[in-house]
Amino acid sequence: MSATVSTAMQHGLQSCERCALLSRPAAGEHDGRCPRCGEELTFRKHESLQRTWAFVIGAAICYIPANILPVLTTTTAAGSDSDTILQGVILLWSPTGWPLSLIVLVASIMIPSAKIIALVYLLVTVQRGSTANNGQRVRMYRVVEFIGRWSMVDVFVDAFTAALVQLQPLMSVAPAPGLFFFAAVVVLTMLAVESFDPRLIWDSLDAKEVRHV
Amino acid sequence: MFNRPFADTSLLACPQCDLLQRLPHLAPGASARCPRCDEELWRPREDSLNRTLALSVAAVALFALANSTPMLGLNAVGRAASTTVFGGAAQLWQDGQEVVAALVLFSAVIAPALQIGFMLAIVLGAHRARPSRWVGTLLRYHPTARTWSMIEVMMLGVLVALIKIAELATVIPGIALFALGALVFVLAAMQANFDPHEVWHRIEWADTNARHTEW
Repeated sequence: MSATVSTAMQHGLQSCERCALLSRPAAGEHDGRCPRCGEELTFRKHESLQRTWAFVIGAAICYIPANILPVLTTTTAAGSDSDTILQGVILLWSPTGWPLSLIVLVASIMIPSAKIIALVYLLVTVQRGSTANNGQRVRMYRVVEFIGRWSMVDVFVDAFTAALVQLQPLMSVAPAPGLFFFAAVVVLTMLAVESFDPRLIWDSLDAKEVRHV
Repeated sequence: MFNRPFADTSLLACPQCDLLQRLPHLAPGASARCPRCDEELWRPREDSLNRTLALSVAAVALFALANSTPMLGLNAVGRAASTTVFGGAAQLWQDGQEVVAALVLFSAVIAPALQIGFMLAIVLGAHRARPSRWVGTLLRYHPTARTWSMIEVMMLGVLVALIKIAELATVIPGIALFALGALVFVLAAMQANFDPHEVWHRIEWADTNARHTEW
């Protein structure tokens, strides 16, 4: 063990994710519980990469119907009309409404796709044992973690629009099947972020340092 | 099977990169960051428990108001309609979107209620000389409730919906809308003033044997 490498794992110590206490598993045991808060401890999240891949692939699959299927159906005297997310963005685009249109575009289309791409990039680089741009990759992870919840905006917009515009038989708005897939994308990407262990980004660097010493 | 606690409690591993390091002594307001990945490790707060308590009591009142009064009303061609936070989820359920309705209910009502309720119980429990173990249990699950609590996201969604509908009909903002707006700031302040480290240091341990034999 050299002075340059000193992670908790290299010292056989487990750091509690919940309360940050350092502890050592009993001899012969791989995992145990945190003596302070009782949380189950592991050196790294169990099957982090497999789980994250599963959630990301699930999200990528749902992303397609989420964008192709309509999310809202508006029924008026003139008939009924279904809009996809992108059509909703276009409808909102006007000299006064463009900031809102931009919010929906960013939150509903750009953030989910950027999240999926960023997670795939993180997964691939970790699996290849990449040691380059660690600082950037960890920042990317934090951004993805921070902005993820904001893609729920459109779900709330659709829920409250549908709840409010109930003026039968003149006009009513109802959710359409695309909304389910869109909500699934948001939840699956959030679960993917939660199951990814950022410590894996640094592990290949630590392994490299051990080899060099 | 409980782990054995490491004797040197001033050592800490960065939760994001696992680097072992020693926390410096910090004055309230200063923060300690990981030298390798720049994660904020600790930021002690001044009078954390009392401020968090005050803010969580305010949050309880605003949350109750936000969920019991109409949020938006609408007037069009002589007809009126209004909805509450709960009404948004209920309408989705009626329209056959049960899963999305559950998600909206969870992220807009249940998770925020847990976030506020846990926080209130944690700070009240931590005020005692020897906080009991249930405080630790709530503190363990509090970050999860916080992750899924999306009051601020809902607020933005409501504003977008409001302006979208304003083109079709006259929209009347309700009391709940203002309560929600205030709640966004109170919740942010509540989280910012809370110092989990302070509470963890005072809590009774889950494995009391470890505490007595290993130290």
